[in-house]
Amino acid sequence: MRTVIYLAIGIIFGITMFKSEAASWFRIYEMFQFQSFQMYGIIGSAVVTGLILVQSIKYFKINSFYGEHIKFTPKDKGFSRYMYGGILFGLGWALAGACPGPMFTLVGAGYLPILIVIVFSVLGTFLYGLLKDKLPH
Amino acid sequence: MSWIYEPWPWYVSGPMIAFIMFLLLMVGKNFGMSGNLRTLCAICGAGEKAAFFNFDWKAQRWNLVVVLGAIIGGFIASQYLTTDLAVAINPETIATLKTLGFESAGTQYLPSELYGNNVFLAPKNLFILAIGGLLVGFGTRYAGGCTSGHAISGLSELQLPSLIAVIGFFIGGLTMIHFLFPLIF
Repeated sequence: MRTVIYLAIGIIFGITMFKSEAASWFRIYEMFQFQSFQMYGIIGSAVVTGLILVQSIKYFKINSFYGEHIKFTPKDKGFSRYMYGGILFGLGWALAGACPGPMFTLVGAGYLPILIVIVFSVLGTFLYGLLKDKLPH
Repeated sequence: MSWIYEPWPWYVSGPMIAFIMFLLLMVGKNFGMSGNLRTLCAICGAGEKAAFFNFDWKAQRWNLVVVLGAIIGGFIASQYLTTDLAVAINPETIATLKTLGFESAGTQYLPSELYGNNVFLAPKNLFILAIGGLLVGFGTRYAGGCTSGHAISGLSELQLPSLIAVIGFFIGGLTMIHFLFPLIF
């Protein structure tokens, strides 16, 4: 049953990514050229709505559908890993025009070359795992 | 119902994404897509090479199901919910892209120069996709999250590390488009 719920959430996510055009390479390029509000509107309204939902969960102590406490784990403090990792991610995001959610949506939409991006992003993650201890965090 | 075939405006799409994050929280999970790349490494046996991949990946299977859903969602949206695949980007953006050699700007969902099946015969463009993927995979794990984990979940939780990461995303993206694209294309 829970698997069906995750699948349904994924399907809604995939449809939203495609229909919002957040999965379009062109929209990502246009965003970094500051020539459209679409992507900023998407991210901005998602964060504002998300903020209201998350703060409501905290304030009203809303439990999950299964009656469990919803806990938010604070991310480790630091600067280097977030800044350096963020810059590397941004370079790839702008070049490939896809981030780790939309890249899977594009497989379903039938764009075969995106599989190269996916295979190499798995390799990139593997490379990070190998070099992790040598990098500033 | 014809609106559904049109591109969805930001004020529908953004709150939808937040709602997806909320649903995942309500079933006791978190919204973050890049963790799946690490899970895929672990499934492929990367744990033998690096301790970073020695974790209980079976506990992450739920997120792979979300990925499967995202694939199906992409199929449904492109096949049944879209009549015109062209993305109506800014005419100025189209003009700039044409000077870089992207003739498909304004007529497609993705540039056919990079995502058309002809790319398999174009080594340079294949290399570009590979480097792009490598940077996304490496960067996202180094930063501990991607657009979903940091920009949406992290900022919604008012986490400072996520703000630093999102600033990094933009420094990287702006550098790529404004300084490196003229050299690459």
